[in-house]
Amino acid sequence: MEQTLAQKLLQRATQEEIKEPGQIVQCKVSLVLANDITAPLAIESLARMGAEKVFDKDKIALVCDHFTPNKDIESAEQVKKVREFAVKMNITHYFEGGNVGVEHALLPELGLVGPGDIVVGADSHTCTYGGLGAFATGLGSTDIAAAMALGETWFKVPESILVNISGELDEYVGAKDLILYLIGQIGVDGALYKALEFTGNVVEDMEIEGRMTMANMAIEAGGKVGLFPADAKALAYAKAAGRTGDEEIYPDAGAEYVRRVDIDVTGMSPQVACPHLPENVRPVEELKDVVVDQVVLGSCTNGRISDLRDAARIIKGHKVAKNVRFIVLPATPAIYKQALKEGLLEIFAEADAIIGPPTCGPCLGGHMGILAAGEKCLATTNRNFKGRMGSLESEVYLGSPMVAAATAITGRITHPKEVNSDQ
Amino acid sequence: MQYTGKVHKVGDHIDTDAIIPARFLVTTDPEELGKNCFEGLEAGWIKRVQPGDVIVAGKNFGCGSSREHAPIAILGAGINVVIAHSFARIFYRNGFNMGLVLLEIGDKVEEIKDGDELQIDAVKGEIKNNTTGATIKTAPIPAFMQEILQKGGLINYVRDRLKG
Repeated sequence: MEQTLAQKLLQRATQEEIKEPGQIVQCKVSLVLANDITAPLAIESLARMGAEKVFDKDKIALVCDHFTPNKDIESAEQVKKVREFAVKMNITHYFEGGNVGVEHALLPELGLVGPGDIVVGADSHTCTYGGLGAFATGLGSTDIAAAMALGETWFKVPESILVNISGELDEYVGAKDLILYLIGQIGVDGALYKALEFTGNVVEDMEIEGRMTMANMAIEAGGKVGLFPADAKALAYAKAAGRTGDEEIYPDAGAEYVRRVDIDVTGMSPQVACPHLPENVRPVEELKDVVVDQVVLGSCTNGRISDLRDAARIIKGHKVAKNVRFIVLPATPAIYKQALKEGLLEIFAEADAIIGPPTCGPCLGGHMGILAAGEKCLATTNRNFKGRMGSLESEVYLGSPMVAAATAITGRITHPKEVNSDQ
Repeated sequence: MQYTGKVHKVGDHIDTDAIIPARFLVTTDPEELGKNCFEGLEAGWIKRVQPGDVIVAGKNFGCGSSREHAPIAILGAGINVVIAHSFARIFYRNGFNMGLVLLEIGDKVEEIKDGDELQIDAVKGEIKNNTTGATIKTAPIPAFMQEILQKGGLINYVRDRLKG
């Protein structure tokens, strides 16, 4: 049978022959991930399973990134529990202090995930690693505990939707706009139980960080995974992150897809998702009357160095609008240091942005940027559910780093070309 | 696995932030989580629910994060069954793992009204509406998931494998 990329990746990890979508297969996992919110439950489940050790201390990553630096006593207690577990189990990849970054930016950078891997994480945005050609998906804490104990998990072989992206991108349009546009087209359950597989000239030309931005939001269309081929670009990224032995992986020609979506990006505007669902997507020009109180640049979707460069290019020489809070959270320590070296943090600081530590923080309404009733925020994050970033009466709009920077300057949702002084 | 309870209807795409907002994820205690269940949908929503009541939802119930706290909060609030048009996949897996009964019935959710009393046989896959007298048949649970349910959940399943 000709295999989709999803089937091919699963086939590499299972002894069973994959014959059709819907089949349930047991797969070996390459890495198992949990964070400061989900690991405590996994640790409790492991104890109830009677598991005295984990399957491989080098193949588990515990990243305390959501409420850190700990926002209150309860979250400090949760991190303490994770730390004590990591010490007891001698877990190699434990991150909490100055080494912690937003998990889905951190693990690829360290080479802990890469092409061909099967990764399960107790975090729904684990699908980010599909940008590198890994079959990576989110599971709940008890499923993660089972994977920590057994080194394997079960998957229902998904049907795949082929997303073919072609044409020529405008200079102000990028990966975030493309994934928002797609979610706008197919809806927040458009890929429910299915794999999204990306192809086309725009995808081939896209750098890995952009691919990870797109794969990250596959879950926002209900998708199990968002997959890009493990091509030469993915292999080069993995090699630079210190990995060896990875190989190229592509879907078979003639593989069967349940649906095909063709997107021509020529002439596309930056896209913004309006409250309260990621599918409420409109071109940025239609939202120029929306006045914001806060702008957030960061998260596992758009907190990488290319995102900071995009935003810095727009905001350089400008000031953040009066009464707007522009919060910049580089996603990892390495990104932070690189941004410092390149002078990006100086640009943000000169613009009167608030520069914070690597943390998920405000994205999920944790801390460092919570919204009051009636406040509006434009964020480069991935979810704009009601109350996601604070009050049930607040509103979140999702957009790209360039739209975020432009919006911070004017205080209303703005097309970056309106403020770019490079012209 | 028989349940009888009053229906509370909710809409499409009820996300995990609506079921249990992230600010409450500083505990793993079911009772504590249960007190704040659906606090992200409407403040105090859960106060209308009696233990044993049933939630009937639209499309894509449980979309969003992977937080297992979501099914735990629902169980902690005394709700044992959620019926939906469809479920988000991570929530679906989590629900089974935690022992929350999930029944997917597609467009037939329209036949159930807020306040109806349902009698549910999860093994037979039958939902009897005591208010209208109608019966809805549900799709069978996948075989592998039945095996996990027969073991009494994923924790027991793994415990048996580790012993074996």
